[in-house]
Amino acid sequence: MTARLCVLLAALMGTVLAPTSVGAGAPKPNIRIENPGQCIAPAEEMRRNHMEMLKHTRDRTLRLGIRGEKASLNGCIECHASKTTGSVLGPGGFCQECHAYAAVKLDCWDCHQPKASLKTTGMAGVKP
Amino acid sequence: MTGSQEKSRRTFLAATVAGFGAVALAPGLHLIALSHAGAPRAAGEPASSKVRWGMLIDTTKCASGCDACVKACNTENGINETVADARQGSQWIRKIDLKDQKTGRTHSLPMLCQHCEHPPCVDVCPTGASMKRADGIVLVDRHICIGCRYCMMACPFKARSLVHQPLTEQNPEVPRGVGCVESCTFCVHRVDKGQQPACVEACPEGAMVFGDLNDPKSAISLRLAQEASTQVRADLKLNQGVRYQGI
Repeated sequence: MTARLCVLLAALMGTVLAPTSVGAGAPKPNIRIENPGQCIAPAEEMRRNHMEMLKHTRDRTLRLGIRGEKASLNGCIECHASKTTGSVLGPGGFCQECHAYAAVKLDCWDCHQPKASLKTTGMAGVKP
Repeated sequence: MTGSQEKSRRTFLAATVAGFGAVALAPGLHLIALSHAGAPRAAGEPASSKVRWGMLIDTTKCASGCDACVKACNTENGINETVADARQGSQWIRKIDLKDQKTGRTHSLPMLCQHCEHPPCVDVCPTGASMKRADGIVLVDRHICIGCRYCMMACPFKARSLVHQPLTEQNPEVPRGVGCVESCTFCVHRVDKGQQPACVEACPEGAMVFGDLNDPKSAISLRLAQEASTQVRADLKLNQGVRYQGI
C-alpha cells in the first residue's frame, strides 16, 4: 500500500515538476560587453538599478536643465552598442537581449537614438 | 559769443562725441554677444530663472523664398522622416509670406514656438508634459506626453506638431518619437553648451538675434532697447520670448 502511494505521489510530482524543468532551460541572454570594466557602477548595481538611475536623470535633465549627469542613455550606448550592428537593439543587442529574457518592455529607444554611430550634429562632447 | 552759448556748444559737442562713441562700440558689443549666447552652464547646475532666453527676428532682412533657418533646424533636430501626408510633417519652424491687402506690401518671416512667459500649451496640458523651464524655454516632456494634442489646439501660433510614425534616425541629443507632440526647443541642447540655436547661426542675413532678455547688456536687449519690436498677437498678453521687427 505504501509502495503504491509512493509511486502515485512520484507520478504526480513528475507531472507538476515537468514544466518547471523545461522553463529552466529557456535560453539565457547572449550578452556581450564591448568595453568591459568602464561602467559607472558595478554590474550588480547596474542590473538592479539602471532604470532608476535613468529615470531620475531624465527628469533632472529635461525639467531642471541639469547637464552632465553620470547616467545617460548616450553614455550607455557609447560602451554597449554592438560593434557589428552599432546598436543596443536587434539580435545580440545589449539592451534587447536581456529585456527579452526578462519580458520587460523596452521603449527608451522609441525616441532615443539606439545607434552609437550617429554623431551629434552640433558641437558634441561637452562633458563635465 | 556769450558764455552760455559757448557752454551749450560744448555740451552739444560732448554729447555728439559720446553718441558716436556709443555707435562705434555698439557693433563690437553686438558681435561679441552674437558669438556667445551665454557661457555653458556647469555640469550639475540647473537652468536659472535669472536668465530668460529670447529671440529677435528682423523681418525687413528676411527674404521670401529663403528657408535656410528651416533647413538648419531640420538638420540639427533630425527632422528627416518622409511622411505619407504632407500635412503630418513636423514643423518646428516654418516660413510665412504676408501681404498687406491695402498697401500691397509683402514680407516674409519665420514662425516658431514663441516661448511665451504664460504659455497656453502648458495651461491646457492634462499630464504636465508641456512645461516651461526656469530660463523660459517651453518644452514637451515626452516621457509623460500622451499625444492628446490639446496643446496644439491651444497654441495661437500653430507652433506644435505631432509625430505620426515610428522614427529611427534621431539626433542623439534630440530624442523624438511617435505619439508625442513636439515643437521648437530653442535648440536647448546647444544653448546649454553656450551655443546659438541652429536657425540663428544659419541665417545668411543675420536677421535673427538670440540671447538673454534679462541681461540688459546682451545683444538682444540692446537692440530691443533701441528699436521698435512687436510680439505677434500681443493682445493675448502671453509675453512671448520671440519678437519681430518690421511687421
